[in-house]
Amino acid sequence: MKLITVSGPPSSGKTSVIVHLIADLRHRASRCAVVKFDCLATDDDALYASHGIDVRIGLSGNLCPDHFFVSNIDDCFAWGRRYGYDILFSESAGLCNRCSPHIEGCTALCVIDNLMGAGAPRKIGPMLKTADIVVVTKGDVVSQAEREIFAFKIRQANPSCLILHINGLSGQGSAYLSEVLLRTGDMQTLQGKELRASLPSALCSYCLGETRIGKEKQKGNVRRMELD
Amino acid sequence: MIEDYKTDTCTVEELIASHPYVREFFAMNNLPMENGYRTIASYFATLPYTLLEDLGTQPPVLLGRFHAFMREMANIRERQGVDIKSLTIRGGRDKRGNVEDIELRIGLGDLVSIVGPTGSGKSRLLADIEWMAQRDTPTGRQILVDDEIPPASWRFSSDHKLVAQLSQNMNFVMDVSVAEFLVLHAQSRMIDHYDQKIAEIIRAANGLSGEAFELDAPLTSLSGGQARALMVADTAFLSVSPIVLIDEIENAGINRTKALALLSGQNKMVLIATHDPLLALSAPKRIVVCNGGIMAVLDTSDEERQCLRQLQAMDDIQTVYRDTLRSGDSLRMCRDRACGGFHI
Ligand SMILES: Nc1ncnc2c1ncn2[C@@H]1O[C@H](COP(=O)(O)OP(=O)(O)OP(=O)(O)O)[C@@H](O)[C@H]1O
Ligand SMILES: [Mg+2]
Repeated sequence: MKLITVSGPPSSGKTSVIVHLIADLRHRASRCAVVKFDCLATDDDALYASHGIDVRIGLSGNLCPDHFFVSNIDDCFAWGRRYGYDILFSESAGLCNRCSPHIEGCTALCVIDNLMGAGAPRKIGPMLKTADIVVVTKGDVVSQAEREIFAFKIRQANPSCLILHINGLSGQGSAYLSEVLLRTGDMQTLQGKELRASLPSALCSYCLGETRIGKEKQKGNVRRMELD
Repeated sequence: MIEDYKTDTCTVEELIASHPYVREFFAMNNLPMENGYRTIASYFATLPYTLLEDLGTQPPVLLGRFHAFMREMANIRERQGVDIKSLTIRGGRDKRGNVEDIELRIGLGDLVSIVGPTGSGKSRLLADIEWMAQRDTPTGRQILVDDEIPPASWRFSSDHKLVAQLSQNMNFVMDVSVAEFLVLHAQSRMIDHYDQKIAEIIRAANGLSGEAFELDAPLTSLSGGQARALMVADTAFLSVSPIVLIDEIENAGINRTKALALLSGQNKMVLIATHDPLLALSAPKRIVVCNGGIMAVLDTSDEERQCLRQLQAMDDIQTVYRDTLRSGDSLRMCRDRACGGFHI
């Protein structure tokens, strides 16, 4: 089975891209499923189901969504294999623009849209910078020049990725991406595989449920802003 | 050009001095400049632990990314546009499934208009070209470049800019000034000396829209006409794409004939889908679509060229009337009626 990790800022078009991809992949007789990761709630399960796509939901609740992802993804992988899927997509929102961890050996997609502005690629961390393929959406509504500037900024942030433009509405461009994905290797297990970037260490008193503000309440990994 | 830096002797500051764009690598990755006096190798080797933790990465990974950056930037500088000579549209089928029996070749410098009723498939034809369709769109058309099937990497990777598009639906969205925007676009093509080019674009854009804008105007504050004018001028002078596809710019409030002349004067292939007879006849050749299929390809006849002159005169009258009304003056009918009642 192949695991494709799909990440990207909220509402950048991840779900639309995956839906179009799976439509193409089905034509090529691939069995696909999706695991959607989110924090508190999601409507995407209904959306995927309405396209007849098998989907499982993981809500991280009050845990760091990316830590939650890592502690569950190998079970998801095993689930996918048990059910006989050929390709499993994981969709996760890069809520703090940093992680949405990609895994060595699994094709990593980052979906961002042209409306985010030229500064966006700098502000997005390993989610963009360690991706194999950066999918750019919403190209039909911005000027040609801005599209070129945006692609250039992505190229600077992630010099070795493949940059593809996909129209989230019509799906134009997804057929080629599905071909690219089909050419990637299969895996037996995620056991022992490594993340492409380390996750933020977050072990302070507030991680442990502290709610009161004040220096004496702060324990563990605390970092101070310099304001003067 | 490439690899003319040695990581164990060249310092970060020296490299930035000789290759200013390298600064962007450090900005992109939030890497501090204080240690720029170090050699490239030792700069990466001595990055503070907390910073690496924030970035979620390790020095060898960053150094690898740095080399890839240098390689890619050199590639972009060398790869200035794709050198092609012709485009061929091979017919597919119309909406009823009838065979579209056509093979149309378009060369550099050609200007072709596309006409047909609403919903007839003008935009679809442009989309087929943009997409370099290989019998894999609803129309079943095939597009050849220099009489051959273009390589898949040309079709899909955004690094080969075969096609530039201009349409009514496109807007400027970036939060920068006009000048910053043009500098960004010039930089994205790795052009070093762009001041003159930018001045040229502004002059051309202002000549198209009639209402001049300043270099420091926010890009998103431009009026519809100004924005369209800037897009046209930018495409004419800063785009490397040999193919320009235009979808309905007639209502944009710019001088359409000037805009077309500007674009087609750059030795590109220009295709324009339009409902405007003036634009349709401005092209020496026009494609007529009907029901999703190409019905005919016509050359503009001498008689039509006469009609075009008449249209142009009418358009000039319109322009005068519009400018008169815009500036708050009133219109008067002409007394002797020799000019058909128009007062100009
Ligand atoms: N040969 C074809 N086969 C199937 N569908 C087609 C074909 N040609 C066009 N269509 C579809 O017909 C619809 C209308 O076409 P399109 O938008 O290109 O029309 P248009 O001429 O640009 O109209 P307008 O003048 O209103 O802009 C689109 O959904 C398009 O995909
Ligand atoms: Mg149209």
